Amino acid sequence: MIYFDNSATTRPYPEVVDTFSTVARTYFANPSSLHPLGKEVEQLLHSARQKVAESLEVEPQEIVFTSGGTEGNNISIKGIASQYRDRGNHIITSTIEHSATYDACKKLEKEGFRVTYLLPNEHGVILKSQVEEAITDHTILVSLIHVNNEIGSIQPIEEIGQLLKTYPRINFHVDNVQGIAKVTLPLKGTVDLCTMSAHKFHGLNGNGILYVRKGLKIDSLFTGGSQEQGIRPGTENVAGVVAMTKALRLALDQQKTKIFMIEEISRWIEQECEKIEGVFVNSPKKRAPHILNISVPHLKPEVIVQALAEKEVYISTKSACSSKKNEPSRVLISSGYNKERSSSAIRLSFSFENTMEEAIEFMDIFKEVVISMKKVVKK
Amino acid sequence: MNYEHILIRYAELSLKGKNRKKFESKLEQNIKQALITFPNVKTNRSFGRMFVELHGEDEKAVSEKLKGVFGVYSFSPALKLSLTETNIVDGALWAMKDALPSGSGSFKVTVRRVNKDFPIGSQDMNKVVGGYVLRNMQDLTVDVHQPEVELKVEIRQEAAYVTCKSVRGAGGLPVGTSGKVMLMLSGGIDSPVAGYLALKRGVTIEAIHFHSPPYTNDRARQKVEDIAKVLTQYGGDIKLHIVPFTDIQTKIHKQIPDNYEMTVTRRFMLRIAAVLAEERKAKGIVNGESLGQVASQTLESMYTINEVTNLPILRPLITMDKLEVIDYAKAIGTYDLSILPYEDCCTIFLPAESKTRPTREKSERYEHWLAIDDMVQQAIDGITTVDLKLGEASQPDFEQLF
Repeated sequence: MIYFDNSATTRPYPEVVDTFSTVARTYFANPSSLHPLGKEVEQLLHSARQKVAESLEVEPQEIVFTSGGTEGNNISIKGIASQYRDRGNHIITSTIEHSATYDACKKLEKEGFRVTYLLPNEHGVILKSQVEEAITDHTILVSLIHVNNEIGSIQPIEEIGQLLKTYPRINFHVDNVQGIAKVTLPLKGTVDLCTMSAHKFHGLNGNGILYVRKGLKIDSLFTGGSQEQGIRPGTENVAGVVAMTKALRLALDQQKTKIFMIEEISRWIEQECEKIEGVFVNSPKKRAPHILNISVPHLKPEVIVQALAEKEVYISTKSACSSKKNEPSRVLISSGYNKERSSSAIRLSFSFENTMEEAIEFMDIFKEVVISMKKVVKK
Repeated sequence: MNYEHILIRYAELSLKGKNRKKFESKLEQNIKQALITFPNVKTNRSFGRMFVELHGEDEKAVSEKLKGVFGVYSFSPALKLSLTETNIVDGALWAMKDALPSGSGSFKVTVRRVNKDFPIGSQDMNKVVGGYVLRNMQDLTVDVHQPEVELKVEIRQEAAYVTCKSVRGAGGLPVGTSGKVMLMLSGGIDSPVAGYLALKRGVTIEAIHFHSPPYTNDRARQKVEDIAKVLTQYGGDIKLHIVPFTDIQTKIHKQIPDNYEMTVTRRFMLRIAAVLAEERKAKGIVNGESLGQVASQTLESMYTINEVTNLPILRPLITMDKLEVIDYAKAIGTYDLSILPYEDCCTIFLPAESKTRPTREKSERYEHWLAIDDMVQQAIDGITTVDLKLGEASQPDFEQLF
């Protein structure tokens, strides 16, 4: 099996699953319960929060545990909109956001907010100057993705963060679901809110981290208990959180030693693809090492995915969250690609567990599939 | 070039005559303890000065730790230079550029020449250093009265030292030079601050906490442990004595009229603290009382409660307003823990009203129905002691999960 769909979900580390099962079996009590069992679980949760904060170089009270990326983005965008609607009604985002962000903004538009959707350049990048030009007196939020989930382009978040420091009324949310443990982004002093999700760094589905800068007020989407400072009430998924804490530590360690391997795989496949007639690389040269987007115009991407799956090679069309819609990719269209190329894109995404041998094997299978399918289509 | 040394100043210690040596060695020990996470750091002392040698460790991170060490009046990152004129002026220029990265500002030069073998006198050296810096940096002006940067050059036997920045330390006396006291630690906002301020005057503390299960739960106890843990940052290892108090509280509740319940309870706490102090060879008791803050802290209450012991009771917060105490609590990192909403033993059985002017006579009269000595002894016998160590995780079992 060759698993190149790591931007959809990574395989959890075995140690992480072990931790999950130990915690689920041993520390099952509700951390809010007053008895000693509850207290012990609360301590465990507290320790996990400290570890996560250390890993991200922020403070423990800035960590909110969530269910994942979609929830983090929704809490941030809708929460800020609701908290600061008296201050202004303008939001800046881009056309290359994950649908959790993009659709949240679309929804806010219906509620009377004004949203500016910045268009990327041909490399899939939003520039600081674009953000600066879009700012008005009514702007309350800038929400941008750090590493784009379809093509892997990297946004200049630190630069934009520095710019926004001079606008204390504007909050800066960053979707770092794809970037965490792949492309380093210092949070403190750069962003106000940052979304991360465990299953993209070998944790389990259903767990995420939302960084909320100390002192920032944000309206909660949910009402209920006072868990997670009331920002995300609901009984905590302690086993998932502890497992995620472990995954984050392991992934950040691997980033230091193995990110170069991923880069090598990505570069090599890119070069090989460029040699095949009728295959185009959509990802920019300067990109996150783990995402590679290619188009095979005139072939339906779903069919390629299925054909590869028959040979136990697993990849995606677009992003997993929007792959069921039969439309050209919004990200590719807005990066300037034509409809044909934007409708025929597939995404390879790598993890620390992939090897160069897999890359070579993939290339053989991919060539075979593309050539034989093209013959069929031509007839 | 890089700062390789940090020069430590300790003003108050020099007043201490014969004890000075002892104080200095204690301070050095405490600094080593505080910097234990920096394995390359070394310390050394000579002629009323102490140096921390960085050997590649990060100056800023080390400075952050030094700020918490009592007995340090101020400190400065320093360059150690060999005794030639060119070395000294080059070092001085580097330090100025480091202190004023924008390149503009005002400064003055102060040269001290302890080593009279050095050929250039201090007045001449002032001009040499100042002139060199002025020639090599633009937008620099001299201001001898209120300079932004004071460039100090000290020429000693072994080397010349150049400093530009001076950072205020925590002040006070090195922990461990003023004897031992018992801290009555409730888990509220005040008592941790009292403990901190006592540490500042150089005592070591052992903490005593009254625990009344099932009326106070494990979280309240954990909270006190966590607070004491924070105090270890300032005072090294702390022993926390947990006194079982349910029995005494129940008896008091049964026997003593409502409005004297609090007063008598406090008298019992103090008796227990005093006995424990004697056992642990502590020479005083510290608490978080502030005059008039609550019923138990009026002058009349203190007079009545204090009757049960003649150990000195130190009350570092006695003149402070609540808001001042809160500022301290926030600064030392205990506030967020203190406001966690768990009941402590002071709030249970709380009568509708307490006497703000209790008398010794009445307290004694009510108490004489109780077997005081037995009750105190029983509590003492039931004490469990937790050793809190600097920098140790409180729940090591969890580590393997992460």
